[in-house]
Amino acid sequence: MGLATESKFHVLAVDDSIIDRKLIERLLKTSSFQVTAVDSGSKALEFLGLHEDDEQISPNKAFTSPINQQEMAVNLIITDYCMPGMTGYDLLKKIKESSFRDIPVVIMSSENVPSRINRCLEEGAEEFFLKPVRLSDVHKLKPHMLKRKNKDGEKLESETDEEQALESLEVIQSLQQEAVAPQIQAIGNSNKRKALELDEVLSQDHRTRPRCSGLTVI
Amino acid sequence: MDRNQMQLKIACLRKSFFDEGFLDEQFIQLEDLQDDVNPNFVEEIVGSFYGDSVRLLRNLELSLEKRPFDFCKLENYMHLFKSSSSSIGAIKVKRECTRFQDYCKAGNAEGCISSYQQVKQEHAILRRKLETYFKLARQAA
Repeated sequence: MGLATESKFHVLAVDDSIIDRKLIERLLKTSSFQVTAVDSGSKALEFLGLHEDDEQISPNKAFTSPINQQEMAVNLIITDYCMPGMTGYDLLKKIKESSFRDIPVVIMSSENVPSRINRCLEEGAEEFFLKPVRLSDVHKLKPHMLKRKNKDGEKLESETDEEQALESLEVIQSLQQEAVAPQIQAIGNSNKRKALELDEVLSQDHRTRPRCSGLTVI
Repeated sequence: MDRNQMQLKIACLRKSFFDEGFLDEQFIQLEDLQDDVNPNFVEEIVGSFYGDSVRLLRNLELSLEKRPFDFCKLENYMHLFKSSSSSIGAIKVKRECTRFQDYCKAGNAEGCISSYQQVKQEHAILRRKLETYFKLARQAA
């Protein structure tokens, strides 16, 4: 294997459904990501080297040691919400409480429940995808992985609570409208774009902003 | 039947799936994921669906034999089956699954039994159609 010259982003996909695992794997590979797919939250933690209750032991303990540690580094975790035992939300919480808290986490769910979406976003999920997940959703993943990769010790755009609440609001609104216009879908997914949008929005009180207007359209 | 006629037949069959509401746009999403490296992705994932659904339906049937019904469990089993159906674009099957879940939420045992039969029926109908379709597609290739 040797050193990866073209360092592909590595995504850890978690879903108890074999069909959905196949689908997400195909979607991710089509987008040129490396994929590891597991069927439960506990297997995901094992892969990362985290024990469910304990601190980190050693990376990838349950799996064959990689020749190059970096090749197995996980750049993003995408997980189903509804899973027996440990839900996607539970997994998200554990990741955010661990030394892997900087790995972006994305939640998938077949149910559009605003309170659920909000809870996940508040807990630190980057995105919430409604199933069935599509290529257009997967295209939203790279910016999150790039953001983390470019971190390099720099504290990159630490989002304020207000910005996070705004993100949650925007995601919920776009998800609540089933037949959303592509423009609305496009918001909130590139942090670079968002920084510009938010400058204008934060100058207003976003809580009194009317529901559907005022969303910046690209 | 020559190749052109065969391909026309396949195209018509495929179109009927959408026109008659058996499949939705998600099936097209799956087709878009097929390429030279993965030329049989759709057939593979549909095959996985039918393979896996044997187990899921069995769980449901076993639970439906128990009295009293554990509606929560039934709903959860159906959730997984519905999610898989949705992932392959099986919109009619999915609709029946939702109906089943609604009966579970209402605690309606009779409704659960009858809607489960509908789920099974739609599942079987689609299976036959897709098997024919993939068989023809393989012959034409």
